Amino acid sequence: MSARQFFRSPWRTAGYILLVIVTLLWLVPFGQALLTSFRSYDDIMIRGFFSLPKTLSLNSYREAWERGGMRYYLPNSFIITIPSLILTLFFSSLSAYALARFRFPGNRAIFFLYVGGTMLPFQVLMLPVFRLTNALGLYDTYWGLIAFHTAFQLGFCTFLLRNYMRTVPGEILEAARMDGCNEFRIWWQIMMPLTLPALAALATLEFTWIFNDYLWAIILLRSDHLKPVTAGLATLQGQYVTDWTVIVAGALIATIPTVIVFIFLQRYFIEGLTLGATK
Amino acid sequence: MARRTVLYRLSPYLFLIVPLIIYCIWVVGPMLYTIYLSFTNWDGVSSPAVIGWRNYQKLFRDPVFYISLTNNLKWMLCFITIPVVGGLALALALNRNIPGAKFFKTSFYSPMVLSLVVCGLIWSWMYHPAKGLINESLRLIGLDALAKGWLSDRRLVMWAIIAVGVWRQVGYVMVLYLAGLQGVDPTLVDASRVDGCSNWQTIWHVILPLLSPVTVVVVVISIIDSLRAFDLVSVMTRGGPYYSSSVLANFMYIEAFNNYKMGYGAAISVILFILSAVFIFLYLWRVMQTEMEY
Repeated sequence: MSARQFFRSPWRTAGYILLVIVTLLWLVPFGQALLTSFRSYDDIMIRGFFSLPKTLSLNSYREAWERGGMRYYLPNSFIITIPSLILTLFFSSLSAYALARFRFPGNRAIFFLYVGGTMLPFQVLMLPVFRLTNALGLYDTYWGLIAFHTAFQLGFCTFLLRNYMRTVPGEILEAARMDGCNEFRIWWQIMMPLTLPALAALATLEFTWIFNDYLWAIILLRSDHLKPVTAGLATLQGQYVTDWTVIVAGALIATIPTVIVFIFLQRYFIEGLTLGATK
Repeated sequence: MARRTVLYRLSPYLFLIVPLIIYCIWVVGPMLYTIYLSFTNWDGVSSPAVIGWRNYQKLFRDPVFYISLTNNLKWMLCFITIPVVGGLALALALNRNIPGAKFFKTSFYSPMVLSLVVCGLIWSWMYHPAKGLINESLRLIGLDALAKGWLSDRRLVMWAIIAVGVWRQVGYVMVLYLAGLQGVDPTLVDASRVDGCSNWQTIWHVILPLLSPVTVVVVVISIIDSLRAFDLVSVMTRGGPYYSSSVLANFMYIEAFNNYKMGYGAAISVILFILSAVFIFLYLWRVMQTEMEY
């Protein structure tokens, strides 16, 4: 339908205008955050939000980055997220392959154990994991957090990868088996390349999830210099209680990596979300 | 088919062993251990001693528990209505190739990539009583009376926080429904048109029933998300003022990590688990049904 035809009906036009208004309202929080971050707090306080800003500057960003600690919070997030992501994808592809491609007693039960775990309210795990991390000497280290993320995300990743691996035609694997290929080579050289689309979708989604985690960061880490951006922002908020321009600038810095991932890998992100829910 | 070797029969276990051990240590074990902790007086430092049902008895007499539970229920009610209806409506509207559909879709799901902490901070500033965008806008159009202390008024604070959650959730539900709509057979829709169905009748009698599997997933996810709610409350109010925006997860965190009543915190989390278990089983049951179709 061309735009011309579309707007011929008055009802449709009215609906469209409504949609435009709602969409713009939806984007208001982004807009106001951006506007705020370039202004000075005194300027907003004295002259109001809707005044024309006297000056625009990057001062709030500089403040959040240097004194607010974003310069180490942001790298910390990557140090935590990337190993967790790689490990969880690696381990879940192993267990997904076993669950998707072999018949053995306990297959269903293990599968449901994984699926059930993805729905768990994490709070149930909070105290024992805190204790376990302490006992392993991993409290207040990156590895404590990485270990937990790896383990917890296994459930969802296995669920998703297993369903995907089941759609790979069995003849391909059987042919390799006939040629004397062992199971680990089949997994690595045949199954993994065929699973790449699902892995890409999953990696994108998991990156945002692990990157955006807040609860586990505040439970398993104490030192300020180890905190990822989410926990760091909460500290920043406490530090600049009244200086909202710095807090908002910090929040915007924290979103840059996920926004980049979203812009470039949007298709995978959406695929990941829907794979999990509709399969 | 070729005779299977011993190695072949062992291989699923070899594949599973490491991931499953990790999963059991960090997820399955802790889940069971929480139940044990809830019957102890553990303070996080000394070793826990079993005290029977005392934590639960105390919990059921604690007014904050009931405030938190009610707030979780409010959250749940909002989450299974507003984003579901809104997300479905958006999906139905944007599934047709209207001009700018891609822009609309992106706008609605963009909040999803922000962490809840960021959402909470940005919205706290919007809600700022003196210079926040909301109150400033209200004053600008002469509705000064409506300019409230959104996060300091005990009757408003919970709704103000839930609104942020809804803002972020709508796009998610929309994405799920859009995916579901891809699976709706267009010939069925055409057939209903030929039979003289109006737009509404087609949606109500043809499309919605076909989308019901998606609806089940969406509702279960929304309920679980509302029980998990923590980040927004923690960043925006910490449950205040006077516990008026406390939710179970936040209540538990404060009891366990600020007041060092870890046993008590464990009891709260067990209640949370019991509440979600119903829905987890509903979800597993649905997964099992789709399994049977294989």
